[in-house]
Amino acid sequence: MSAPAPTSGKPSGTVADFELARALEVASAVPDPEVPCVTVADLGILRSVSRDETGRIVVRLTPTYSGCPAVIAIEMAVETALLSAGIDSTIERVISPPWTTDWITDEGREKLRAYGIAPPVGSSGGRRAFFAEDTVACPRCGSTDTAKVSEFGSTACKAHYRCNACAEPFDYFKCI
Amino acid sequence: MGAAAASAEATTVAAIVEIADDCLILGHRLSEWCGHAPILEEELALANMGLDLLGQARALYAHAGEIEGKGRSEDDFAFLRREREYRNCLLVERENRDFAHTMLRQLYFAAFMQPFWRTVAATSSDETLRGIAAKAEKEMAYHLRHAGEWVIRMGDGTEESARRMADAVIELHRYTGELFMASPARADAVAAKLLPDPGSLRAEWDETIATVFAAAKLTAPEIRVMQKGGRDGIHGEDMGHLLAELQFMQRAYPGQTW
Repeated sequence: MSAPAPTSGKPSGTVADFELARALEVASAVPDPEVPCVTVADLGILRSVSRDETGRIVVRLTPTYSGCPAVIAIEMAVETALLSAGIDSTIERVISPPWTTDWITDEGREKLRAYGIAPPVGSSGGRRAFFAEDTVACPRCGSTDTAKVSEFGSTACKAHYRCNACAEPFDYFKCI
Repeated sequence: MGAAAASAEATTVAAIVEIADDCLILGHRLSEWCGHAPILEEELALANMGLDLLGQARALYAHAGEIEGKGRSEDDFAFLRREREYRNCLLVERENRDFAHTMLRQLYFAAFMQPFWRTVAATSSDETLRGIAAKAEKEMAYHLRHAGEWVIRMGDGTEESARRMADAVIELHRYTGELFMASPARADAVAAKLLPDPGSLRAEWDETIATVFAAAKLTAPEIRVMQKGGRDGIHGEDMGHLLAELQFMQRAYPGQTW
């Protein structure tokens, strides 16, 4: 343990903070418990990994939906992953700025598609028109001839769709 | 800290708890649909929207508890108060009755809460409330869309669905006035720029309801005297039954945790 201890609460500017870099790497790699093909970093729910004024690693996570039942599971998974890497951390839940599907990275969107979940279409915004539907491409065959079966699918964040071209049902990661 | 400051805190807590109670009680009503929804998709939708409301309530109770500074947790607010201490509006505690009643109640509430949260997110002097609001606004936007689509589908649907929607309008419309009334605690919160004046959200609500009703072929009844009382803790008979179930575990096994 010869790494220089941060003294002023900020990672040292001149000497690389290897533990912090490692913590970021470990936390970023934690998979989402409901959608394990993507990590918390892909989803954009890992907001930051930093040190507080005492030098302790602080991980900031944000929930997707207010009532998302996976929030505690995700927080515990990140804390456990860091512990396994020998890093003690404090997990903080932040709600501002709020998470939207715009936070999902391009890499995350591609992983979702490859996993069979259609990624959110377009950017979030107050869509209020009744009976308006997004054009969602089937993650299997790419056809846009698809129909919404249900506004809610296997989790709160997904809608259930059916492809009229290849006849496969699929999940759509809703745009909020 | 002087008495004036302490009392300002108490009214802030009361104003936040009113909104949290709306979310908790409506969320509980939606949870009662578990296993009873007309179709599987609605089973999922109602449970998920109930969860949204519960999540909003939890964040608000936790924030109120922090401001109060007496160590009351979100569970203390949700489970360990007496009926008179709940300040939710009467609309949210009304019985589910049938799917038409439930969807209309949802429409009335979401048509109010979506602009409410949008305004809180943009204007509140409280940073935590702005954060809660920014998230809740997005959730209420799809609650509104979901409920609006069902009200249109049923109002302009079969003879039976239209009759049920019309009955629901007659039954529930009289409870909508309370959404726009400011309790003394709310009035203080408005003055402190914490929350918007509910009356200022009336025009947008009227417009949303008029749009949906026109498409649904429904007519809003003229109500001379709107029902009120929830903000003073005066509830209908349904509320006691609701709380008996909501609070059962904490009453039977005080302090139990998962």
